[in-house]
Amino acid sequence: MTDPRTAPAGTDVDAAPVLATAAANAPSAQAGAGRRSFLPRSTLLRHLILLVVGAVLAVALLELTDPFTNSQLAQVAYYAIAAGGLTVLTGLNGQISLGHGALMAVGAYTTALFLQADEPWPLPLIFLVSIAVTAVVGAIVGVAAARLHGPYLAGATLALAVGLPGLALYFRDTLGGEQGLRVRAPRPPDWFREAISTLSGGSGSTTKWLAYVGAFWLLIAFFLLANLARSRIGRTWRAVRDQEVAAELAGISLAPWRVLAFVVSAACAGLGGAVLAVVVRLAAPSAFTLVLSLALLTAIVIGGLGSLFGALIGSAILVFLPPWVTDLGTSAGLNGTKAAQLAPFVYGAVLVLAMIFAPAGIVGTLRLRLLGLRARRAARAGGG
Amino acid sequence: MIRSSRRLVTVLAAATVVSTLAACGGGGGGGGGGSGDNEASDTGITADSIKIGATYPLTGVAAPGYSEIPTGVQAYFDYVNDNGGVNGRKIDYVFKDDGYNPTNTSSVTNDLVLKEEVFAMMGALGTPTHSAVLDFLNGENVPDLFVASGSSLWDDPKNNPYTFGWQTDYESEGKILGQYIQENFPDAKVGLFLQDDDFGEDGERGIREYIDDQIVSAQRYTSGNTDVGPQIAALQAAGADFVVGFNTPAYTALTQLVSLQLGFKPQWAYSNVGSDPALVGSLLANFSQGKVTDASLLDGAITTQYLAGVDTPDDPWVQLWQKVWDASGQDGELTNFRIYGMAQAYTTVQALQAAGQNPTRDDLVDAIEQAGGDWKGPALAPFRYSEDRHAGISGMRVVKISGTSTEQLTDILTTDTGDADIKKFDGKEATPPSSGIPDEDPVN
Amino acid sequence: MRQFVNVTLNGLTQGMIFAAFALALVLIWRSTRIVNFAQGAMAAATSFIALALIHSGQSYWVALVVALASGLVLGAVVERVVIRPVEGGPELNAVIVTLGLFVAIEALIAIIAGSSFQSFPAPFGLQGFSVGDGRIALTPNGLFIIGSVLVTMLLLVGLFRFTRLGLAMRASAFGQEVARLLGVRVGRMLTLGWALAAVVGSLAGLLIAGGGLVHPAYMDSIIVYGFVAAVLGGLDSPIGSVVGGLILGLLLSYVSGYVPRGSGLVNLAALVILVVVLLVRPGGLFSSTTSRRA
Repeated sequence: MTDPRTAPAGTDVDAAPVLATAAANAPSAQAGAGRRSFLPRSTLLRHLILLVVGAVLAVALLELTDPFTNSQLAQVAYYAIAAGGLTVLTGLNGQISLGHGALMAVGAYTTALFLQADEPWPLPLIFLVSIAVTAVVGAIVGVAAARLHGPYLAGATLALAVGLPGLALYFRDTLGGEQGLRVRAPRPPDWFREAISTLSGGSGSTTKWLAYVGAFWLLIAFFLLANLARSRIGRTWRAVRDQEVAAELAGISLAPWRVLAFVVSAACAGLGGAVLAVVVRLAAPSAFTLVLSLALLTAIVIGGLGSLFGALIGSAILVFLPPWVTDLGTSAGLNGTKAAQLAPFVYGAVLVLAMIFAPAGIVGTLRLRLLGLRARRAARAGGG
Repeated sequence: MIRSSRRLVTVLAAATVVSTLAACGGGGGGGGGGSGDNEASDTGITADSIKIGATYPLTGVAAPGYSEIPTGVQAYFDYVNDNGGVNGRKIDYVFKDDGYNPTNTSSVTNDLVLKEEVFAMMGALGTPTHSAVLDFLNGENVPDLFVASGSSLWDDPKNNPYTFGWQTDYESEGKILGQYIQENFPDAKVGLFLQDDDFGEDGERGIREYIDDQIVSAQRYTSGNTDVGPQIAALQAAGADFVVGFNTPAYTALTQLVSLQLGFKPQWAYSNVGSDPALVGSLLANFSQGKVTDASLLDGAITTQYLAGVDTPDDPWVQLWQKVWDASGQDGELTNFRIYGMAQAYTTVQALQAAGQNPTRDDLVDAIEQAGGDWKGPALAPFRYSEDRHAGISGMRVVKISGTSTEQLTDILTTDTGDADIKKFDGKEATPPSSGIPDEDPVN
Repeated sequence: MRQFVNVTLNGLTQGMIFAAFALALVLIWRSTRIVNFAQGAMAAATSFIALALIHSGQSYWVALVVALASGLVLGAVVERVVIRPVEGGPELNAVIVTLGLFVAIEALIAIIAGSSFQSFPAPFGLQGFSVGDGRIALTPNGLFIIGSVLVTMLLLVGLFRFTRLGLAMRASAFGQEVARLLGVRVGRMLTLGWALAAVVGSLAGLLIAGGGLVHPAYMDSIIVYGFVAAVLGGLDSPIGSVVGGLILGLLLSYVSGYVPRGSGLVNLAALVILVVVLLVRPGGLFSSTTSRRA
């Protein structure tokens, strides 16, 4: 395999997408006996520790920031959940999907429908149902998608993104039509309010509760995804992505693994959509436009394909960059609506520039640099 | 190794996130007590300012026309501020774009309440859009005044005690139009062209109470899909010779255009929210190099009115609005949309005055419930505000568009939702105060 | 009966527009094996340039020519500057680049020209022809649309089949190394392919705009329809894209005209058609090459 950093673009069309998915190419087992490490060797244990650290950080972040930022963090949570699934699909398994916005819609509408009952089921149960429903839809889409490649897959998932919300318009009586289904946000339980007031003296408002709900499910989802990525399943996905022929020779049949990847990513999109429905308090077709699917793609590309942490960074950028850019625009003299367009312009420009100059995204580029650094150090140590 | 590189990246990213958060930290709430008798009595109100927020479709398919409303509101608030404000406080008006997209409305309203920390919302526009944030606003106890839409969703004091309607509701409008058609066009085959949401549903419900047997076809459109060919073709195929439209202005233009193509020439009636001739004319102007100009297509269309508009420039209210608009120095002419904004702003000032010198959010709500039904203003019929009702203007009159002016077809008729009758309104039209600013007493 | 005629005519006119857009997609696919998701936004940009000229007093035809010329330039610049670096690489990179362009160009239009809906004039009348005692849904403008797309298609077929330039372009698409060895300036051919495609795309954008309302995102739904039409006809075949466009236009028109409340189902119908084609005959109706399967 040629050195990814020096191979000229355009050499071999069929070569593995090494550059773009560099973020995903971390070794799946612990390597290097002599390396310093603060974390244990076992994958599960390592991930558990990261989970706990993540939880502590989340609580600290939510308590130290004001309610508006809490609501923004809740947005980051639902984008990141869906983006996490998508980055696994595209980064680890090489399938492009422009339709995950539609899958989020499935999760959101399921949640909205179940919350319409007078005495709704407990929220975690509703979320699990949404995940299951979206996984089923994902399986159907995945079976069709497994036979498609590249632009055909992109175009078909694009049609999905644009077409599926139309169902909500057609079945306007159950699904609310253009106006959508309003979601009565679940109110924070008493134990939550007490916990918050002992922790930081603040009030446990609904906004804060929803942010915590989002953070909780984000941590769970990422924990499971990280374990999956490091497991045999993850390795098989990468094999299917990189070397189709070799994988088939090794007895791996490609389609079922592709479908599995699609199902997993769809389940994540469904969970993301469920959290979205509760945070936005609405499930309407206008929330699930093509722009959403593109936004998810942007998040994972900028963060680094295949990296969960990249998905989180990408989602944070997605939520925090537009208001910042819009403020820049208004202070530069643009009127309100034009300044609001500055944000998508910056996105698009960043996407283009990122793919030309840093296709591995933030995490991937960092990883490549560090790999290179280490390789050079090892070469010097070995040769000098 | 990958582990420590990931840790490094973790630290870097955490630093980035934290610094980003620090940069966008929230704004402060009301300040401390000020000079004189004014206090910061609640969120969004300080000793010398009151913050009012709103959401409008400044972009997107519903923007034509509606995007002008906040300029009118701003003009009137500026006028009031220049003349001392309300109880010495200046009104700080903040409005944001939601693109007529309910999901955007949700996030933008979130911004207004949690980040801008407004005292109250006023005039947020759109039925599908604002219905998405009812739960949030009432949950956060934010007064949600005078929603710019005629849906009956805003008249629900039990479940949404902070929300108030303002304009005549669509069901009442449907009833008034229905009765007019029944009396004047009893043999017409009526077709309906409806926005596919509560706006269209409410209008349809009202009309069907009177002329259900005359309706031959009801077609719906979704806002955002600008191809209305199939709907117009279906109306034509059903033999409709009178079409009533409950739609936004861009769709008035579109229906006129498609009807021209198909040679479909029914008698048109449009809800007042979509019937402004100047706007529709400007949308239609460019289309076929001079063949379609002004709103000549709209000539003869029937609509309704609950405010005096630019078609009656001698009306004392319109003269006041013209004065206010000229003083504000903003670009453009006075239009009916700007008048709508100013009229809403007028009622808001009445409410703020009635709420007292140092009102809380609840005081504002009480003030409207107790005094709102008696306020005199530019509306042609009185408000229905009380403890049990949060519905706005109770009536309107039917008019016919003729060139740039209108011809009155009926007197001012008042009615209500449900099976209330339609009655003629006997009251006199109020005249504006000489200063142009209301002077209401506090209710407490 | 009259409704059937009207729905069919509407479908034919719409279908021609899909065909034009599909043509543009096919041109770029044939030359660089990339699906240009930014095609719609690029067309919208040139339409807004035309609108600006019309507002400043120029006639429709002058604006048309300028729009097409700016499309040519835009396509060439985009290929040379933005697409060239990702051309030979993984497909994902090119897809993302064109998506990024799509978002950025549309936002740029909104920043410069504003996001409000504006009416766009049509060069010919908008009233349907009278037949008998009524009018049918075919307008002089509609005839102009059909005619211009047919002419464009014939010109392109002629270019590819009967000229050296066309041959050079086809060679560059299928065997870059061999073409280079034969003295073909491959880079120039690729740029030319994108430039031509952008001209066709601009034409499609202007045809859609005429007689309707435009705003920065007005071409968004056409991307899906154009792609479905292109796949239906075969991504390698210009004739296929026209046939595919017509078929799609007719099918969608029937759905929205005859299925109750069908106008909300149109996007879904396009998806269903696409899935059926991809599963049953992935190469499209006019394909001669083998399909892209797992």
